[in-house]
Amino acid sequence: MGTERTIIKPTPQNPWLTIPEVDIRICLGTGGVAAGSREVLKAFEEELARTDMIAVIRPREDECSGQCASVTGTGCQGLCAMDPLVEIHLRRNGSHSQVTYGQVTPAMVPEIIEKHILGGEPIEKWLVLNGDEATEYNPFYDAQEKLTLRHVGIIDPEDIDDYLEAGGYQALYKVLTEMTPAQVIDEIKRSGLRGRGGAGFPTGQKWEFAAGYPTPDGVKYFICNGDEGDPGAFMDCSALEGEPHAVFEGMAIGAYAIGASVGYMYVRAEYPLALRRIKIGLKAAEERGLIGDNIMGSDFSFHIRLKEGAGAFVCGEETALMQSIEGERGMPRLRPPFPAESGLWTRPTNINNVETLAVVPWIITNGAEAFASRGYEKSKGTKVFALAGKVNRTGLAEVPMGMTLREVIFGIGGGVKNGKKFKAVQMGGPSGGCLPESLLDLPVDYETINQTGAIVGSGGMIVIDEDNCIVDTARYFLSFTQQESCGKCPPCRIGTKRMLDLLTKICEGKGTLGDLDFLEEMAQQVKVGSLCALGGTAPNPVFTALRYFRDEFEEHVVDKKCRAGICTALVTYSIDPDNCTGCRACVRVCPTGAITGERKQAHVLNQELCIKCGACYEKCRFDAVRRS
Amino acid sequence: MTTISTVDHTDEQGLEEQFQELLEHYRGERGALVPLLQGAQAIFGYLPEDVMKRVAHGAGEPLSKALGVATFYAQFRLRPHAKHTIRCCHGTACHVSGAARISEELVKYLGIEAGENTPDMLYTIEEVHCVGACGMAPVVMINDRAHGKLTPEKAVEVVRAFCAEVEGEGDGVPEAADEAGTE
Repeated sequence: MGTERTIIKPTPQNPWLTIPEVDIRICLGTGGVAAGSREVLKAFEEELARTDMIAVIRPREDECSGQCASVTGTGCQGLCAMDPLVEIHLRRNGSHSQVTYGQVTPAMVPEIIEKHILGGEPIEKWLVLNGDEATEYNPFYDAQEKLTLRHVGIIDPEDIDDYLEAGGYQALYKVLTEMTPAQVIDEIKRSGLRGRGGAGFPTGQKWEFAAGYPTPDGVKYFICNGDEGDPGAFMDCSALEGEPHAVFEGMAIGAYAIGASVGYMYVRAEYPLALRRIKIGLKAAEERGLIGDNIMGSDFSFHIRLKEGAGAFVCGEETALMQSIEGERGMPRLRPPFPAESGLWTRPTNINNVETLAVVPWIITNGAEAFASRGYEKSKGTKVFALAGKVNRTGLAEVPMGMTLREVIFGIGGGVKNGKKFKAVQMGGPSGGCLPESLLDLPVDYETINQTGAIVGSGGMIVIDEDNCIVDTARYFLSFTQQESCGKCPPCRIGTKRMLDLLTKICEGKGTLGDLDFLEEMAQQVKVGSLCALGGTAPNPVFTALRYFRDEFEEHVVDKKCRAGICTALVTYSIDPDNCTGCRACVRVCPTGAITGERKQAHVLNQELCIKCGACYEKCRFDAVRRS
Repeated sequence: MTTISTVDHTDEQGLEEQFQELLEHYRGERGALVPLLQGAQAIFGYLPEDVMKRVAHGAGEPLSKALGVATFYAQFRLRPHAKHTIRCCHGTACHVSGAARISEELVKYLGIEAGENTPDMLYTIEEVHCVGACGMAPVVMINDRAHGKLTPEKAVEVVRAFCAEVEGEGDGVPEAADEAGTE
């Protein structure tokens, strides 16, 4: 540093005037909103205003002497399966109680207010978390350790003072006052942090490269990759929605380390809520002098610009992303030169993923050793996983790396929905693969999962049960990569198309054993011949499916059978007259009128009209609809 | 930036003024082609030919390049687009939880194919990859509002309720088009 400037420690501008007795925090992440949390929030405000005893306040604006309550919208609270989640703190007579309600509807709100908030008795049947008492949802929370998502779901992401009060921007202050850029890089290197976007490249090393390259005009760029395109991963979305300032702070620390003055956040347009909160947050951070010219009064300046992605999966690839920022078609280019040498507008550029950046302030504050003491072998710290699909407790879970897949899926996730049989867990999205039950005791770390043929990727874990077809799942991913291939290199452009054709042929019951070998050969060609990681990893879903579930492929091509009943060409539905009670339930759900029959008489299914949607099969309670 | 849901696409002069402002805002800025296209689409609802020409001119690029970029990204539309967008999510979690059946039922309910507009230009239905609410799969987004844990029946019910609200209020913007505010 070596300047005479005084660096001002960031503090909240408007501290709370009142600590409210009743503190209600409602999940307003995308998942919460999808479950109706906005309506719940409104109901709390309205119903509380209706009681004479409690005043609804905004603690930063209102002083309150009597009983008062505040209602706050937060980011994702994690357990999406039980959204809308409502956390209630009561501070009375010197004691503090905390509970969380799940699947709250506006209709439940008056009772919660009357019995719990006014009466002091929580309604146990609706509780997901009950202070120190164990509930069936404790396993979801107990194994987690939130470093990256430390404030997500707790604070109001649209209020910068909430972040500052929670210690926000103190890591940046520490960096500006106590550390040289080289020390920052060293700290991140020693922490063992690796890129959370998928490839797992060591972050400190990446920063070191970008710091080392000269720039002709003093300009370097620092990019935050928020183009979370992997269908099935939503941790970056939640991190941005839940605490955008943590990401700005991580960017500023990184920019200081590499000597960048301009930053870009590239975020998917499909995440409107995240974009909105970034805009609100950036404006507030600029107004407070935390982002922009002379940050905190220092001689370090760093500006952040927001770029909305325009809908192209390939733009998650760093060279394609930079092309997109430059206003071009998002097509990857050959590396080297790597972005650290020649990136955006040919200047040295560093790109990190949202989750990576969000944990950087934690590492600076708590030290590299604290981060490195968690995790497993070469995968240090914690990682956020998005649990979804056929798992009971869907949601976001941040756990130390090295936990086994079984612990994550069955411990945290609570196992497979509706008592169905586990078939596979899909990791890494279109670049990853399906892992079978026999591999569930493997630890989740980059090296171990890579050896299976899947990847940790951005951390999506989609559970698949016996009702899902493995061939159809592989076909789904190939149809995705085929659509998203940018078209620049033929192995990817044509290869993914041909692979998709083969998988479609197999799903339609027209495949042969020779097709399976051809498919494998084609996958190998696409893997080695493609220019970028999109094509290079696109065959992974096929490799893993053939490696672990070859019997299911063979069933499709030899026996012309789809055991899950998903590949409609291989399925026939019929009605067993002995079991049919004539309840007409199937007649009502059949979309084509293929089922006929009088009440209390066995029904008949017309095969010519049947489109094999399976609606009757799902509806029948008497095991009378047969699938074969 | 203006939002689709609050722009009155019939006020031609107002639109022209906004477009002028947009061109002015990005004048001389590097890499402005994508945000110019995004802004123009937010104003006009889609990218008509004359707008494409003026965007290309404004960005200092040939029309062929502007078209190349516009057709590369999924977000851009070269044809008019209905007022309300119903997005059926086909992310992985939604796919394994039965998104295909939901799409089928919604397409049938609205009487159009995915990607088409209803004749009254009120609704369009799209199949998209992941809207980031995987924990609530399967999900349908109506404008900027996600609806989760759907079955084919529930999805139709949600859309039916939305349509009733739209048509009941005439030209009004229903509740689901609120809040998030960006497109």
